[in-house]
Amino acid sequence: LSATPETPKEDGRPKWDNKFQYILSCIGFAVGLGNVWRFPYLCQIHGGGAFLIPYFIALLFEGIPLLHLELALGQCLRKGSTGAWNTISPYLGGVGVGSWMVSVLVSLYYNTVLTWVMWYFINSFQEPLPWSVCPLNENRTGFNEECYESTAVNYFWYRKTLNITPDIAESGTFQWWLILCLAACWAIVYLCTIRGIETTGKAIYVTAIFPYLVLTIFLIQGLTLPGATDGLIYLFTPNVSVSIYFPFTPPQISYHLPTTPGLDHFQPHHLQTFKLKFKYVGFSGRNIINIINEFDLPEESIMRQNYTSWISFLNSSYPEKIAGLKLKSCDLQEFLDQSVSGTGLAFIVFTQAIILMPGSQAWAILFFIMLFSLGLSSMFGNIEGVFTPLLELQIIPKSAPKELLSGIICLISFLIALCFTLGSGSYWIDIFDRYAGSVPLLVIAFFEVIGVVYIYKIKRFSEDVEWMTGRKLNLFWQITWRFISPLLLLIVFMAFVTLQMQKPPSYTAWNPKYEGFPMKEEKVYPPWVQAICVLLAALPCVCVPLVALFHLVKQKRRSKEPSLVPPEVSSCQGANS
Amino acid sequence: YAWDANEEYLFKAMVAFAMRRYSSKSTTQISNVLLCNVTDRVSFWFVVTDSSKNVTTVPGSEVEAAIRMNRNRINNAFLLSDKTLQFLKITSTLSPPVEPSTPVWLIVFGVVLCLIVAAIVFLVVSGIQKHKKKNKESTDRENLEEKVEVTLENGIPCEALDLKAGHINGVFAADDDRFTSL
Repeated sequence: LSATPETPKEDGRPKWDNKFQYILSCIGFAVGLGNVWRFPYLCQIHGGGAFLIPYFIALLFEGIPLLHLELALGQCLRKGSTGAWNTISPYLGGVGVGSWMVSVLVSLYYNTVLTWVMWYFINSFQEPLPWSVCPLNENRTGFNEECYESTAVNYFWYRKTLNITPDIAESGTFQWWLILCLAACWAIVYLCTIRGIETTGKAIYVTAIFPYLVLTIFLIQGLTLPGATDGLIYLFTPNVSVSIYFPFTPPQISYHLPTTPGLDHFQPHHLQTFKLKFKYVGFSGRNIINIINEFDLPEESIMRQNYTSWISFLNSSYPEKIAGLKLKSCDLQEFLDQSVSGTGLAFIVFTQAIILMPGSQAWAILFFIMLFSLGLSSMFGNIEGVFTPLLELQIIPKSAPKELLSGIICLISFLIALCFTLGSGSYWIDIFDRYAGSVPLLVIAFFEVIGVVYIYKIKRFSEDVEWMTGRKLNLFWQITWRFISPLLLLIVFMAFVTLQMQKPPSYTAWNPKYEGFPMKEEKVYPPWVQAICVLLAALPCVCVPLVALFHLVKQKRRSKEPSLVPPEVSSCQGANS
Repeated sequence: YAWDANEEYLFKAMVAFAMRRYSSKSTTQISNVLLCNVTDRVSFWFVVTDSSKNVTTVPGSEVEAAIRMNRNRINNAFLLSDKTLQFLKITSTLSPPVEPSTPVWLIVFGVVLCLIVAAIVFLVVSGIQKHKKKNKESTDRENLEEKVEVTLENGIPCEALDLKAGHINGVFAADDDRFTSL
């Protein structure tokens, strides 16, 4: 309920210029970074094609009905999230406040991801690309050790960009280059949302369309690479033995709520094929040289074709020597299983792939602009979700221009987001992503459906929708809104909570001093961090009962004075006529 | 090219050359350089003897220093590079990459930031101008409304008078200048 569409009336609300702009806005908000890098990863680790089955079930019975509900409400009431829910019923005002809070939390960390994208973007103008070469160590006899042990790409991400600390408890220092990029990102967000929908409506033409163009280009490029079919087959082969994927689907969908979920099935699976080919080439070459040197074998005796047979032979005859060589694993399956999601996919795997393409600078620039527009269009929705309710609450006097309020929001968010530029910043972003962006949405969506169907009464709502669209509501919507969606949401929420309770939440840390380096170290969150996680997840959810309680108490006090008329639950049509 | 006895001879010559340049005494001969354990990988051990002293070998550190000094020449003699011709225990000094005085990313960042700030300033200023114009328009409209009210106060709004529908008294309308103007 953040970006509300309106028809022109004299209430002075901003409006979209045309229908196309509105649709583009919805698409832009719904399709974000998660679609590019989270969906293919979840799809793969939870069993390829088999993941799509629960995904489509959830989409059909939960995502689309919720979308329809919210769009209809927004269209009807023409208010921000807090105002709309207050209009439906004062007891449900908490839902609006809760979703406002989620928007705030998501805006904070989402823009930091865009900061990273911008950092990579401005670094793409160099020759050679800075993530393709390792820096030298102090006496210039070899490469930097951390870089040599892992890869140049990993090093650039973890050291040069994040300057990551080995533990979440160690905060590290502020990375000044990230602060600069963060300032630039918030300036861009301010620029685009400066007057609300007037400016975002213009910007959305670019930011919503451009990513699809670029993704198509990359798809074509990816399909022409060798190994493309292997990657595709692996991605989509159902792996039915992995059966715990069900609870993870709906958070993936609701991650893109509150407005539109239905468009996140565009899977750039070709990104997986890049990873497959290039890691294979890189490591096997180095291994072959090492083996030939160690055993004094003639040149070109070990080629890629007979590499595996040579390895098995040597392993049986000289196992200690092979172990001492520290060969990097060359197994295809292991690579495919090790696939990464999220920031790992974009900043490590894909940058690795880009190095090997001809004209890498152009590909890199294109890719990062695409990621930036994807994220930016989602940011519009988030910021509108924060901006509009504040505007309605009239925090600042009406005479002050809108530019001031958006400026204040952007400035405060920038200052708070500075803590994500610390050394441990990326661990915190993972926490926010996992806890603030997923669980509260489930709860809020549940209360939305229950509120509209049982408190506002579905009969009245169907009449409103019929009045707006001119068509009677399908039986499908009736059933899903009444029973299936709330039930599904409840089941998913229970499953999620139970799974979380089973083991303590952990994270993987990048620790150069770890024995298994370059593998990441598995660590458990310290108790104070766990408390923050719970707080993040619970705060928006707890708004709903709190506000209801508040109104209940107010109502009880009012009922003692019979002269005052109790607040009525107003109708959608009543609000307009 | 294949590795044969001639190449070995060249190698010995290069090592002797390196020793001569390093210690700047011209006593090292090609016969002072001895190769052993030659394998097909093309790897071998070599020592440099000193013929002036009684067939003792030159200490390894001296040989290392000599080769390090002339590495470039040795590489080029064999059309190889530091990567393809490897001396164990002699690590090559790698050249640092060329770094411009200001990092490139800072320049790009400056450009991007300037564009953004310019756009923001433009939007804010145009917003203020629009605001002022709207204020001026609303004050103009208020003045017009006063004039309209003046005519209304007479009791007869001017718009209500339809000059075409009413009757015009020809006597009064004919000579306008005989009457005093209002």
